[in-house]
Amino acid sequence: MTAIHLTDISVSYDNRQVLGPLSLELKPGEIVVVIGKSGCGKSTLLSQIYDRLRHRAAWLPQDLGLVDTLSVYHNVYMAQLDQHSRWYNIINLIRPFSEQVDNVRPWLKRMSIDDKIWQSVDQLSGGQKQRVAIARALHQGAEILLADEPVSALDGPKADQVMACLTQQYSTALIALHDVDLALRYGQRIIGISDGRIMLDQPVQKLSQQSLLEFY
Amino acid sequence: MTVRNKFSFSPRLRVSIGFLISAILCLFVADISITSYNPWLEMGRFVGGMLAPDLMILSVVGKALITTLAFAFLGVALAAVGGFLLALIYHHRWVRGLTAFLRAVHELFWALIFLQFFGLHPLTGLLAIAIPYSGVFAKIYAEILDETSTIPQRTLPNGSGRLVALLYTRIPQAWPHLVSYTRYRLECGIRTSAILGFVGMPTLGYYLESSFAQGLYSEVATLLLLFYLLIGTMRFWLKGWLIPPMILIAPFMLDKGLPIIWSNVGRFFSEDIVPAPLRRADSLWSSDTWLEFVYWLQDILSTQALPGLWNTLVLSQIALVLTAILTLLLFPLVSRKLVSAKGRFAGHLLLIVARSTPEYLLAYILLQLWGPSMLPAIVALAIHNGSLIGFLIGQRSNELKLRQDTAVGVNRYSYEILPRIYSSFLAFLFYRWEVIIRETAILGILGIHTLGFFVDSAIQDIRFDVAILLILISALVNIGVDTFARRLRSRLRLTHHSAC
Repeated sequence: MTAIHLTDISVSYDNRQVLGPLSLELKPGEIVVVIGKSGCGKSTLLSQIYDRLRHRAAWLPQDLGLVDTLSVYHNVYMAQLDQHSRWYNIINLIRPFSEQVDNVRPWLKRMSIDDKIWQSVDQLSGGQKQRVAIARALHQGAEILLADEPVSALDGPKADQVMACLTQQYSTALIALHDVDLALRYGQRIIGISDGRIMLDQPVQKLSQQSLLEFY
Repeated sequence: MTVRNKFSFSPRLRVSIGFLISAILCLFVADISITSYNPWLEMGRFVGGMLAPDLMILSVVGKALITTLAFAFLGVALAAVGGFLLALIYHHRWVRGLTAFLRAVHELFWALIFLQFFGLHPLTGLLAIAIPYSGVFAKIYAEILDETSTIPQRTLPNGSGRLVALLYTRIPQAWPHLVSYTRYRLECGIRTSAILGFVGMPTLGYYLESSFAQGLYSEVATLLLLFYLLIGTMRFWLKGWLIPPMILIAPFMLDKGLPIIWSNVGRFFSEDIVPAPLRRADSLWSSDTWLEFVYWLQDILSTQALPGLWNTLVLSQIALVLTAILTLLLFPLVSRKLVSAKGRFAGHLLLIVARSTPEYLLAYILLQLWGPSMLPAIVALAIHNGSLIGFLIGQRSNELKLRQDTAVGVNRYSYEILPRIYSSFLAFLFYRWEVIIRETAILGILGIHTLGFFVDSAIQDIRFDVAILLILISALVNIGVDTFARRLRSRLRLTHHSAC
């Protein structure tokens, strides 16, 4: 895997610049955490990067992107639709293949929701839904993970466990977080965004909790 | 933002008042009267018949009941499949145009056309439902699919394929809405199927008309009760798992009917519907032929199309406003915020009966009782549509959250409820406008001089070229009104709902 250079990232609505122009480099094997106030442009930045890296990235958006009416299993299986033929996928939609169920189940176990595998997503709580979306991202196994607030609905120990899982499965990732502790613990490099611009870009070693708090 | 220093009516109220005034003006030019010799006697006999249903007829109509259901199931199933495929390509302009045309022509007009070349064959009834309904399904399915979130699709890995992405993300999200709309349409399909009996298909309507024509009101009562029972109990017998087997047996439940004479089909398209001057001409390219054609067109426009159109618009305008008034009077009957549980039960019963009765059937009954004029049609349209919208608005009012110390009675109705549901009310009404126009045209078949009257007479005179021209004109009017209603909805920023 080669390093990723993203240049000229820029977004504007109605002549108002909301993001950039900015450039960013991601090295292989680097976990980068993006922090910033809500509305600072974190989500827009991640979404823009995902548009450019579609074929290499697993995408975990803030609103999860689950299909509420389908089962937990199907939502996770969806991460590998590109690995199978069209007919295989269609049959699996109606009658799940047991080998695929076996592939999906371990991820659900790690998220402690394997007992919900056949429930439709609309019956789950907010935190459970988030864990389904994470299981999907884990199951995809792409080169890079792009995750926007992946643990916002999870409490302390759960959030920790999930972050560990994500960074274990993906050695290269760009993750937006609002929890400074988690950012320092799991990030190797931290990017701070304010008003759509990069105001900070440092390895974790050089940062302290105090220096990050001013971004909130 | 302009500051309003003086009180003025809101745009929604201004439009409402405009409609009210136009309807009052229409009343002056409309033909409204009770012409039957002794309406009270006739109504007395009718009510008497209703109170003493004649159950003997049940042995005869069992078959008609099954035929009615079979047509509805097959026709709606076919339309759902066709409409769904069209919905997937609905972004093409030509598909939108085509489906607008398919649904702008009323089911009974389609039936009248197919009767000419398929005769009394099951295909006639089937296509008369399937074709216009697929136009409706295409539009509504496309709207429902459009409203689903695109985020799940975005999370899919690259290279998942369009079809698979659709099946895994858009369709599952839309599924509950697709099912409930299709179910609602099946109910409409049963009504349509019954009505097809009035033009000769062997469904419930056929027996209703013949019993009516003979003045056998006790039989009419039984048939009507059967019909309400069928619609009213739908949610008990129409289970999801029952639908596939029902569709599979349905074709075997239909009579073979009379055989199709294929030469008739060919002749219909190559001769019958070609405008007479062109059909009879020796040479298509002589100026005389085209001069004749212009005269022919002029004659039809001035003696049939324009009078028919005028009557259709006048009648439907009055019916629309009366529907609105009736809606506002009826919805409190089913509103938890305004009426007690006991009252609501009676209200529901009344509205179910009123909205399950097709306009055509109501108009037919009232026409028998009051004699020919626009009145039966107006009242029929208003009762059916008013109770339908009234029910929907009543449901909506139940969702409102009122303060605990809120006013009661008329004050609550006028200050708390009405202002909050008024935009929904107008939105539903404008959705229904096109339906009312389409029904108004078709009620002409019963003898009121709207477009349907002239279509029906042309068919009876075996002048299919004229009939087709008039049907095309009525379709164009429907499309025009629908477009106008949509503009009005967006101008008044009325919230979007799926059609009713």
